[in-house]
Amino acid sequence: MTTFISKIKIAALLCGITSFSLVAFGGEMKNTETTGGGENKIEIKDFAFSPQTIKVKSGEKITWINHDEEPHTVVSVGKKFQKSSALDTDQEFTITAGAPGTYEYFCSVHPKMTGTIVVEK
Amino acid sequence: MFNYISHDHEHDGIDRRGFLKCMAWAGTGVLWTISGGVLASRTLAEVAKAGSSLPKATDLSFLQISDSHIGFNKAANKDVTETFKIALDRINAMPAPPSFLIHTGDITQLSKPEEFDTFDQILKSCRTKDVFYVPGEHDVLNDGGKMYRERYLKNVEGKGSGWYSFNKNGVHFVGLVNVLDLQAGGLGQLGDEQLEWLEDDLKGLSADTPIVVFAHIPLWTVYPQWGWGTSDSERALGYLKRFGSVTVLNGHIHQVLQKVEGNVTFHTAMSTAFPQPAPGTAPSPGPLTVPADKLRTLLGLTSVQYKQGNTALAVVDSNLS
Repeated sequence: MTTFISKIKIAALLCGITSFSLVAFGGEMKNTETTGGGENKIEIKDFAFSPQTIKVKSGEKITWINHDEEPHTVVSVGKKFQKSSALDTDQEFTITAGAPGTYEYFCSVHPKMTGTIVVEK
Repeated sequence: MFNYISHDHEHDGIDRRGFLKCMAWAGTGVLWTISGGVLASRTLAEVAKAGSSLPKATDLSFLQISDSHIGFNKAANKDVTETFKIALDRINAMPAPPSFLIHTGDITQLSKPEEFDTFDQILKSCRTKDVFYVPGEHDVLNDGGKMYRERYLKNVEGKGSGWYSFNKNGVHFVGLVNVLDLQAGGLGQLGDEQLEWLEDDLKGLSADTPIVVFAHIPLWTVYPQWGWGTSDSERALGYLKRFGSVTVLNGHIHQVLQKVEGNVTFHTAMSTAFPQPAPGTAPSPGPLTVPADKLRTLLGLTSVQYKQGNTALAVVDSNLS
């Protein structure tokens, strides 16, 4: 029994370390799967992200909306946050900003399209 | 000033003015023929031979279709399946059917299974059954091209992410993939593994073997501001330099453009779905909406013929009007 509890404790501890690592080094951002975070909107129009650079606070939502007739994606350089699937016209994608830092992203379909998210505390 | 073509090494006159003139021809929907410029001034006998692995090339005709974008339903063309059907009708009406078709990518708009299904269903009406594919970025949107490869590489020995080669009538064909693993800020990309394969694939061929290379994104730098080029295509072209006749067929830009550089003829095809603007003439390369009665003059297909004894392949574009 003692051994079993210890294993749970170790497992919990390991999970804790893993979570900590993601925040500290990975700059994790979560796809909330809910849209309309509202405050931080990035419009996709004419094959460009607007604004190209956005400053947000950690924990805030960021939502992209595609106004083009072409599908676009939102993909983190270095896979620092979850990528979107292909967004058709008027489709949205929302993430929650994680650890402070600067995050570059691009459209994997049209890689000339790039943007930057600056996450502050 | 726009710098449309940044790699005009040969100063062959395809500058902005030449380009616009070319586009004017395409826009009027005239059937026009291009033969390979410099190629015509050389004979096969003049080209050094390095051991022949293929029989002498014999007469051959095939057809390129491109950018069918099945699933697209916006203002630029609300019925892309209909215009694709018209393109197939044109093929079926040809007095001598082409030996096979090449589809240079963007079969679908959103890589959806039902879009691929629709394409396959419509294609059944085509008299010519042999089709060779390369993917466009629209065909590999969410799964890195897995579904595309499962469906369209059954008749070839696809390597890596789906590149391959084959021989027909003594002509060597190479299908390349330049729409995967694209890098932020970059252009189309072939990648080291594919380029190494290409070098090896071409090694055993005699320099007088006619070569046809096809890929979705242009293998020459058409307009980098819009991503219309392939970052490492120079390396591929380096492997092709020793051949006396190289024809490069691309799609992606939904308009006819042609350029000759040394022994290499580059050619881009019209779409069967919707036109795109000429480089730099619109805020973005998105679908171009034109008056309904003009649409079919800007859609089309490309016929390619090799005649024994001629060095150049004849490339003929025809629209759907």
